[in-house]
Amino acid sequence: MRHDVVEKNIGLMGVLIIVVISLGGLAEIVPLMFSPKIVEPAEGIRPYSALELEGRDIYIREGCYNCHSQMIRPFRAETERYGHYSLAGESVYDRPFQFGSKRTGPDLARVGGRYSDEWHRIHLIRPRDLVPESNMPGYPWLENRLVNHERTPRKLRALRALGHPYTDEEIAGAAAAVEGRTEMEALIAYLQGLGTNLQGRR
Amino acid sequence: MSGFWSWFVITLVVVNVLAAWWLIWWTSRPIPREESETTQHIWDEDLEEYNNPLPRWFLNLFYLTIVFSVIYLVLYPGLGNFSGLLGWSQQGQYQAEVEQAEARFAERFARFAELSLEELAREPEALAAGHNLYMNHCAACHGSDARGAVGFPNLRDGDWLWGGSPRAIRASIARGRTGVMPGWEAVLGDQGIVEVTEFTLALSGREHDAELATAGAPRYQQFCSACHGESGQGNTSLGAASLRNDRWVHGGSREQIADVIRRGRTNIMPAQLPILGEQRVDLVTAYVLSLNLED
Repeated sequence: MRHDVVEKNIGLMGVLIIVVISLGGLAEIVPLMFSPKIVEPAEGIRPYSALELEGRDIYIREGCYNCHSQMIRPFRAETERYGHYSLAGESVYDRPFQFGSKRTGPDLARVGGRYSDEWHRIHLIRPRDLVPESNMPGYPWLENRLVNHERTPRKLRALRALGHPYTDEEIAGAAAAVEGRTEMEALIAYLQGLGTNLQGRR
Repeated sequence: MSGFWSWFVITLVVVNVLAAWWLIWWTSRPIPREESETTQHIWDEDLEEYNNPLPRWFLNLFYLTIVFSVIYLVLYPGLGNFSGLLGWSQQGQYQAEVEQAEARFAERFARFAELSLEELAREPEALAAGHNLYMNHCAACHGSDARGAVGFPNLRDGDWLWGGSPRAIRASIARGRTGVMPGWEAVLGDQGIVEVTEFTLALSGREHDAELATAGAPRYQQFCSACHGESGQGNTSLGAASLRNDRWVHGGSREQIADVIRRGRTNIMPAQLPILGEQRVDLVTAYVLSLNLED
């Protein structure tokens, strides 16, 4: 075979390119999809409650991931500041995961329980009331908007179809669990749960 | 990784390396002259392109990448379950980093362990460490200058909700605190809240309406004195604030004081011991103490 054969047959070249660029993924990604350590929940990890799940959707809607990562890397400088490094088995109920890729603000992977609910509320309304140096924007509207409870059971059902172990009772009670709750409450519930379920590591 | 996936990865990697080798070798063969000297493309009527192999030095760079990959795959984990001759792993590297740091600081921490909290508070190295820990774990609520914010206590004003002794401060940091004041709206009513607010202002020596304050006195004694004390001195075992010193965790305006009385407050300081461990709690305590030392 001569190289002009490849160069003059765009279809053949396309196939060969696909083969070449697939190799890395086949060797590095595909085996992980079948590794229990990666795809099964770490000890203590449970699916999000209905309220936390709504809070997570608000986290995504408001673009928190643009400035906050949720991925503590295994370096001492990070574990001293944020706690134990993140494990793959902690993110199995995150669809999509919120690792993020930029830290304008701090990592939030283990922010749960670090501050009081009231701190989060004031901080989300006007961050500079508490942290004058902060450049985080305020999210005051979260306080005035209610979670759309009608869609919550559908979200849980969709996640169950993907393998999250929600029970029938949880799905039946999902709308009631979030009805009348503000978006602020939902987001705080989500934040306060982050990183707190992994047993024995903080 | 199971045996199957291990071999899957090994096969892909080895075949890939060999295929790369073959590709370089194949590209480097001289092309027989009689087949064609040029690529047979002609641009702009007479521009042609020789069909020569790549220069040898350039091809050798590609061979070097293959040599590198073989050395790498022998030393580091890359071939399935084979962990490499160096035994390197991400966790191992992290552990080594932590152990190295611990060894580096061991002597200093051993010295700190000998000192009391009061002595630590005068030890510059301990304070430097304590300051770093404070900025990371405490400043979000208490402020980078430790002067607090509305609802989050000032740590420099000498007014301690839960006691200002080194032991009490350490306990607050280590175990956290939950301070609860119920709301009195239903009990006092609007007028009662106005009166008790004026009485509270009077206790702290602020400008107030004497008539309303007098009316508020018996209500204060009935409902408030159990926690805040008969004379408003507060109670550090409950975290009840002193009302005599004109220092206000939740803001000192008339409206803010009235709102606290009306709706109550729940103030939570999270426990830091599970996050920091004993020795680092000592260092943070020493730092907070140092903020209140007379120089």
